Amino acid sequence: MEPVTRVAGTAYPWGQKNVDTDVIIPAHWLKTIKRSGLGRGAFEVVRAQPGNIFDDPRYAGSPILIAGDNFGCGSSREHAAWALADMGVRAVIAPSFSDIFSGNAFKNGIVTVVLPQEAIDRLIAVAQDGEITVDLETMTVTTPYQDRFPFTLDPFRRRCLIEGLDEVGLTLAKDTAISKFEEAMHRQRPWIKDRSGNAGIAVEGAGRT
Amino acid sequence: MSHQPRTLYEKVWDAHVVERRDDGSCLIYIDRHLVHEVTSPQAFEGLRSNGRRVRRPDLTLAVPDHNLPTTARVDAAGRELPIADRDSAEQLDALRTNVAEFGVPYIDALAAEQGIVHVVGPEQGFTLPGTTVVCGDSHTSAHGALGALAFGIGTSEVEHVLATQTLILSPSKTMEVRVDGTLGFGVSAKDVVLSIIGRIGAAGGTGYVIEFTGEVIRNLSVEGRLTIANMSIEGGARAGMIAPDETTFAYLKGRAMAPAGTDWDRAVEWWRTLPSDAGARYDRTVTLSASDIAPALTWGTSPEDVVAITGVVPEPESFADPSKQAAARKSLDYMGLKPGTRMQDVAVQHVFIGSCTNSRIEDLRAAAQVASGRRVADGVRAMVVPGSGLVKRQAEAEGLDRVFAEAGFEWREPGCSMCLAMNPDKVPPGERCASTSNRNFVGRQGPGARTHLLSPAMAAAAAVSGRLTDVRDLI
Repeated sequence: MEPVTRVAGTAYPWGQKNVDTDVIIPAHWLKTIKRSGLGRGAFEVVRAQPGNIFDDPRYAGSPILIAGDNFGCGSSREHAAWALADMGVRAVIAPSFSDIFSGNAFKNGIVTVVLPQEAIDRLIAVAQDGEITVDLETMTVTTPYQDRFPFTLDPFRRRCLIEGLDEVGLTLAKDTAISKFEEAMHRQRPWIKDRSGNAGIAVEGAGRT
Repeated sequence: MSHQPRTLYEKVWDAHVVERRDDGSCLIYIDRHLVHEVTSPQAFEGLRSNGRRVRRPDLTLAVPDHNLPTTARVDAAGRELPIADRDSAEQLDALRTNVAEFGVPYIDALAAEQGIVHVVGPEQGFTLPGTTVVCGDSHTSAHGALGALAFGIGTSEVEHVLATQTLILSPSKTMEVRVDGTLGFGVSAKDVVLSIIGRIGAAGGTGYVIEFTGEVIRNLSVEGRLTIANMSIEGGARAGMIAPDETTFAYLKGRAMAPAGTDWDRAVEWWRTLPSDAGARYDRTVTLSASDIAPALTWGTSPEDVVAITGVVPEPESFADPSKQAAARKSLDYMGLKPGTRMQDVAVQHVFIGSCTNSRIEDLRAAAQVASGRRVADGVRAMVVPGSGLVKRQAEAEGLDRVFAEAGFEWREPGCSMCLAMNPDKVPPGERCASTSNRNFVGRQGPGARTHLLSPAMAAAAAVSGRLTDVRDLI
């Protein structure tokens, strides 16, 4: 993952609530075995409308997206985060995010910033013609008009973002602890491992499916 | 371990902590990992490019579901038929190649056990009480119906679980959703969960794990409980759980991958300790009364847009929140509905009975009961898609396929089908579908498709009358 400490630039002043991942990337774009190239499908339905915010020359290519409550709800598809990254979005600011989406965003170097609705309203006003800065060192969102909105981030996620850490690699280094847990688990809950206890017994034979 | 009373969620969480970290997050062990073709190719590719292996293939199970057409899979001679969509075929081939390369147990598209991953897990006894279950699919919450802590993950997390059999997670808040009383005539699990989502909202459960409790939940079959836990995510909760009980144990006993012999006895002994202790605290409790729950359905493009079948399309101005008013106006425009219209006056062109929410044997029985002796209305295309090959076989043994066929419903092969427009089963633009699936998002069933979520019995009622219908008038 590329390290990220600061995202600055224009922002899409969208403010839409309950943006689901089917809107961010419709299902027919999911038939890919790669992570790249999904920016073309991002917000396809929204972009089919004339005058939409994503094709407005004032905002096109913005690194920041401002949205409403519950951004990224619905499907777990990480393609939503890949699509945003591919269209150049590095930070999304909203009053709340779906839990699965914020995890996916983080793993792709996209900062999810939670701010109260009043701050969102102000940032949408500023973003009409001004730039916005998200800073992970100072943990603030600032504007050229002296606005300063502090935000919080899970400390582990913040560190991974700033240092660009590979989470799988970090956890693989915990092999001893994981192996120890597995040994204890195999003693206490042996059925987790020996899961083919009834192999050969026809399920439908029991009158059930 | 503390002696504080604990919830079901806290007990399962505590049993899976590999390591507690300074910031409060934990390295959590994953007991069961389900894999399908759409969200796994990039994860396997990540392993390959880093020279990593799958840590515990024996705790992993792969099955294709999202992309598979629900038409015949073999020709008359039993030869596998090609899949016309090249991208779908490539994704399905990638899964076959990846499971072979990494040694992951796999149920092939042609096997009788194939089905929707969330139908297959419980049906095979792969999903067990007190386990942690993950899958790269948000409806993994379904498995919580058996008392598992089960949630959807993204592809990077799929890779993390494949490589390490763990995830780094922060504890969730807990929400009890208690449904008291006894369900009225013609009211099903789907009506209960739609009513819950209508009550808490599509973001109401964000940051929480829900535990569904109360007399209504206790009295539901495992199939009904799966429908409820399945839609936890539509209320924003990544996981929904139901305490395991005798109903759960009876469902699991003898299933192909469930424990047997002394393992079974030991497992049941532990499972009995899992229900929330008396006095356990939840961060939030929501209660519903069964007597307030009628056959329900959605009118808009968010699963929170719920109304009773006896109700009308709401006025956007009836919502207090101005942004909800704006969203409702947009939804009604997309749905082609006018405020004040009686839901029962809305005509449908498509009916879909299937999906990981409602494609189990009980769902098909409920739909068949309504379809029996009736005919699908003119101008309606109705399809029934069993959740797995075993559900299909069971339904055929009970003669349900003939009931549906005689009534003019299509009887198809198992898969995700019309739930998500990734395979050939789609709703054309501007047309309206009564659907037993879980999401009514814009474009979910196809570009421009209009979705009303409802129960299998209500879907069958819509099919035979050609409009949204109160199933209580037909049974």
